[in-house]
Amino acid sequence: MERPIDLAAEPRRLETLAPRALRTAGGLGVVGLVAALIQGILTEEGMHRFYHAYLVNLCYFLSLSLGALFFVMLQHLTRAGWSVVIRRFAEGLTAPLPMLAVLCIPILVGRHELYSWTRSGLVAEDHLLQLKQPYLNTTFFIIRLAACFAIWMLLARFFFANSVRQDMTGDVNLTLRMQAISGPGMVLFAITLTVAAVDLLMSLDPHWYSTIFGVYYYAGGVVGFFALLALVVFLAQSSGRLPRVITIEHYHDMGKLIFAFVVFWAYIAFSQYLLIWYANIPEETVWFLHRQDGDWGVMSLVLLFGHFVVPFLALISRRAKRRKASVAVTAVWVLSMHWLDIYWLVMPGVSEGHLGLSLMDLTCFIGIGGLFVATAVLALREHSLIPARDPRLIESLTFENV
Amino acid sequence: MSQASTTSPAKTDAEGRRLWGYLVEFETPEALLDAAEKVRDAGYTRWDAHTPFPVHGLNDAMGLRPTKLPWLVFGAGLTGALTGLVLQGYTNAFDYKFLISGKPYFSLPANIPVMFELTILFAALTAFAGMIVLNGLPEWYHALFNRRRFRRVTADRFFISVEARDPKFHARQTRAFLASLGGSTPEEVED
Repeated sequence: MERPIDLAAEPRRLETLAPRALRTAGGLGVVGLVAALIQGILTEEGMHRFYHAYLVNLCYFLSLSLGALFFVMLQHLTRAGWSVVIRRFAEGLTAPLPMLAVLCIPILVGRHELYSWTRSGLVAEDHLLQLKQPYLNTTFFIIRLAACFAIWMLLARFFFANSVRQDMTGDVNLTLRMQAISGPGMVLFAITLTVAAVDLLMSLDPHWYSTIFGVYYYAGGVVGFFALLALVVFLAQSSGRLPRVITIEHYHDMGKLIFAFVVFWAYIAFSQYLLIWYANIPEETVWFLHRQDGDWGVMSLVLLFGHFVVPFLALISRRAKRRKASVAVTAVWVLSMHWLDIYWLVMPGVSEGHLGLSLMDLTCFIGIGGLFVATAVLALREHSLIPARDPRLIESLTFENV
Repeated sequence: MSQASTTSPAKTDAEGRRLWGYLVEFETPEALLDAAEKVRDAGYTRWDAHTPFPVHGLNDAMGLRPTKLPWLVFGAGLTGALTGLVLQGYTNAFDYKFLISGKPYFSLPANIPVMFELTILFAALTAFAGMIVLNGLPEWYHALFNRRRFRRVTADRFFISVEARDPKFHARQTRAFLASLGGSTPEEVED
């Protein structure tokens, strides 16, 4: 039967890991970004390519943090018990949001390289862009982006701070407050995520529009987040943290969630494709036409199989979800596919027909990724890796999949 | 409480009632889990545990093998997808060629929604019917309900029953074995 776990004996702090991770990730982050910038200035690919590589990776890591914020709110909204022992990791993964907000400044600086609707010369010749001016203009773009980030940061801060405060006080009212905020928070989240996805990614091709685009970005981000969560838990346990508190039952559920959202992503991706393919309206289909040309046709198939079929089959069996290593390997695979998905959204506009990978994609990944990891570690450094006095902790500790 | 005869190992008594098996009662899920492990280790195969609510760890304690249902559902899902594909391919591209908005006769994207729906339909119906059939339902009569005390299985008591048709079943030895499990005195259940 269930034996009570001695929390006092459980290593549940980062301790010596934190300074090491901070130095490595932070150092790599700065070096990566500087290297990418130098490449942008010095190589012939230029700043145009730099900004696109930067946007891909910014949107990638942003989607992971937003997935984490969604997960935290969802747990409070549904009053979930099973997930308490892994919730602190998710709260930690929302911590990079302020850093990501600052990293948006280069996007604003390079807006003319990224968004053709910011170039007044182009807009003057384009009737459609003129009609879209009331929405697609630089001032309103900055206001929207700032508003989205402000809302996300407030929500992330609220849930992190209250959860951490509960570690000290054990006050049940904090849980009640978080539950109360999670509902309206979810509504705000849905609206702001849609606005940000449309602004940052969809407006790269300002003639094109897809009403499902926000959900598409959300679906990919949530798949990526669940994979990252499983991977973080796996790495934490590999380095001796929380060996008894997090069990195979929690992996099983994270596996189920990756599986479910892989299917959800495929459903949304196909819904977007089918309607545009069927209606066959030139200004809509051209977006997919770019993604069927040359290398991009192959990449679309790689996404179909790699982002859906492979993880679907890899996680369909109960046994695969109940083996830590197989969940972790699938998580790494899914995270790579999610990156390719964002790349696939951005790059066909820059290099038509060619995959056009650049070293800058890697350096930007290391740069933003390093800072992402560093800010998450920084936030978790001082705290327990589980919400130690959450009223539903016992439920999570003794949780079993029937 | 009837004092059943232990001298006769015959499976049919004087009034023609057949021995269905034995029933032991436990007061706590912990006692049940301990007993279930012993019954499992003794090598019985036709036996069951009965509880008022799901008891974690009981599957392992009973040594139950995983259900075959997932494979049936997976097979049914594949069948559904193929049915959708063949049905639409055959009707639109061969049997009655019909050109829709300039698309090819055989056009996979257009077929996917129906393939998807049939996958879900076949898989869901198989999961539903398969669960019922694999559980041996519907079953209109069960010998265990002949015992009055078994009614508390829906309230606050835990039971283990061993059927007489178990290859290891022996009227006297099984009774003695069940009596050693720490529950109530084993009761005979008649069919």
